[in-house]
Amino acid sequence: MTVIKGITGTLLGMWTTWKHIFGRPVTIRYPEEKRIPSPRFRARIVLTRDPDGEERCVACYLCSAACPVDCISMQSAERDNGRRYPSWFRINFSRCIFCGMCAEACPTMAIQMTPDYEICNRDIMNLVYEKEDLLIDGCGKAPTYNYYHHAGIGVTQPRGTAAEENPPVDRRTLLP
Amino acid sequence: MTGSFIDIALMLGKIGLILLVILLLAAYMVLAERKLLGYIQERLGPNRAGWWGLLQPLADGIKLITKEDVKPAGADKWLFYLAPAMAAIPAIMIFAVIPFGPPLTLFGREVTQQVIDLNVGLLFFLAFSSIAVYGVALGGWASNSKYSLLGGIRGLAQLISYEIPLGLSLVPVVMLARSFQLSEIVAAQQSCWFIVYQPLAFIIFLISIFAECKRIPFDLPEAEGELVAGFHTEYSGMRFGLFFVGEYINIIVLGALAATFFLGGWHGPLLPPVVWLLIKVLAVAFLFIWVRGTLPRMRYDQLMHFGWKILTPLALVNILATGWFIVLKG
Repeated sequence: MTVIKGITGTLLGMWTTWKHIFGRPVTIRYPEEKRIPSPRFRARIVLTRDPDGEERCVACYLCSAACPVDCISMQSAERDNGRRYPSWFRINFSRCIFCGMCAEACPTMAIQMTPDYEICNRDIMNLVYEKEDLLIDGCGKAPTYNYYHHAGIGVTQPRGTAAEENPPVDRRTLLP
Repeated sequence: MTGSFIDIALMLGKIGLILLVILLLAAYMVLAERKLLGYIQERLGPNRAGWWGLLQPLADGIKLITKEDVKPAGADKWLFYLAPAMAAIPAIMIFAVIPFGPPLTLFGREVTQQVIDLNVGLLFFLAFSSIAVYGVALGGWASNSKYSLLGGIRGLAQLISYEIPLGLSLVPVVMLARSFQLSEIVAAQQSCWFIVYQPLAFIIFLISIFAECKRIPFDLPEAEGELVAGFHTEYSGMRFGLFFVGEYINIIVLGALAATFFLGGWHGPLLPPVVWLLIKVLAVAFLFIWVRGTLPRMRYDQLMHFGWKILTPLALVNILATGWFIVLKG
């Protein structure tokens, strides 16, 4: 009985591998053929701009704090109108693990992941991306969002005229 | 005088041609194995060097030749350097007795398509296949490494448990052909291949040659999961390459022998004899690769148990039955 079981087991295994010889390989010839990753694929990180063309990043350091491998660093600065921005912004892609925590942490949708996975390089210093390498001209995945339209601080419009905001109330009119 | 010169030239030509073809086949066997294993595992296999990876053997060769040749401290220098050759040369030597076609007539003389038609060709094969294990054992011992030594010891222990069924499975072939001469054995299969008369002997022979060339499921001397790389752990560069090529030459030679003993040698319709032999050799080689892609490695004691308690008695019973039938038939 064990003999029959052993022989059939072996032959079944052989049959399985035989079928797989003619199956379609799951791997591809990479540089010639490329997979198209889904739009949500997490690869090269970019800094986006808002619909008005201003950079979205407000240099809040949340991405830097969320990053588990500490590959994001920046220096915050502020313009005269109160708008914050990073004076420099640096992502070290040789450390980045593409976890997407930074993009999740970002309150202004500035930092986003793109499906561009081909960023490997022979010189490791070329993987340290500065602000001008990271900043793109588009809005990325949030085409209409503008943080300052919702923020209630008078940067893009006078206070009290933002999207979910009521105009300031004159307290004197509330007196009995 | 000129006659003997032509004889010598023909002989050297034959030897050179066979060497060239075997080495080329062995090199491409490596590629075929990697490709097939790739397809079995639903990968593509090597495809960078040349079209469909066809230049991969060349790339491998260049890589192996240009690598540093490391000799471990405390290794037995001469044995260490000699062992790879001792593993590869006997495999090539066996090809000398394999007939790959009927005698031809060239320059007004009969030329056998065989390097030498020994009248004890079968024993020659058994002797040289046993010598090949010295390369493994001595290589393992000379490396001054425990993994290598364990691999070498396993090689030897494996040898004694499969050599006996291997020899015994060939006895019915000799009984049927009434000769040790390989050309006679092939001639005896003109009407009917011996696999038809001797399916059991063929299976035992097949299992034994799997162990003979140290391949999965009997790759215990290498056993990369347990012994790093077994007997060739300490080898690098072309010396490792020689072990490697020896293994593939062994596959080709044993495939040719399986064809000669059981599959009718070069006999076959329509196509030329050499092509038929090549087809049979490649079929057996395909089986080797296919099995490698399927089965796990056997445990050490399982191989011993299998060789001594199952294959040897089976082969003996098979010999008795064959003899009985031959006597009955008269």
